[in-house]
Amino acid sequence: MVIDVLYFAWLRERIGHPRERIETEAVTVRDLVAQLAAMDDWHASALSDLKAVRVAVDQELTDLDAPLAGAREIAFFPPMTGG
Amino acid sequence: MPARLQAEAFDLATELQGFGSGAGAVVTFSGLVRGEDGRLTGLEIEHYPGMTEKALESYGLEAARRFHLSDWMIIHRHGRLEVGETIMMVATAARHRAAAFEGAEFLMDWLKSRAPFWKREITADGPGQWVEAKDTDEDALSRW
Repeated sequence: MVIDVLYFAWLRERIGHPRERIETEAVTVRDLVAQLAAMDDWHASALSDLKAVRVAVDQELTDLDAPLAGAREIAFFPPMTGG
Repeated sequence: MPARLQAEAFDLATELQGFGSGAGAVVTFSGLVRGEDGRLTGLEIEHYPGMTEKALESYGLEAARRFHLSDWMIIHRHGRLEVGETIMMVATAARHRAAAFEGAEFLMDWLKSRAPFWKREITADGPGQWVEAKDTDEDALSRW
């Protein structure tokens, strides 16, 4: 399947772009992270400390074990600082 | 729409005209850009277009349901803000003050840690560090 992967804040800066389209067979978010981290050093660095990374699948907050079946948009970002 | 995301400044008094009419209690909270003793000139606030609007709306509806609010409002800005500018506001209206206060605190705790915004410090030298989330903000969620 083909999904859109989005990055925000320092993850976006470390990876070098705000979004990319990825062809993947990943079953869970964690599988996708492994695939992305293997792409190059920038992805590996941004995704090296998963405790500092939050994830949303189709704009809903979730966790690394969430399934990707049917998902169109996955976003990775640091803990939020709103308010 | 009681939840709004915008780059432009807003005026609290104008926004509150007619808000909570018929309620016994109205609580408002505004968050401002701190100067951190002159270290900062402002903040840059990034958001996740689409998800941020949905999050504001869903936390507002949840607060209204849990605290029986008769009215609520959330306005949150994004983009470049100078020290002293208003970043965001929440307003809650209820029959009595306890619900209005609690509803506003609930909204603030959720917006801090679960609404997709990221703040970056701006200093005289330009963009600086990303603001780190605080454990105390995360802990604050556990009381709800």
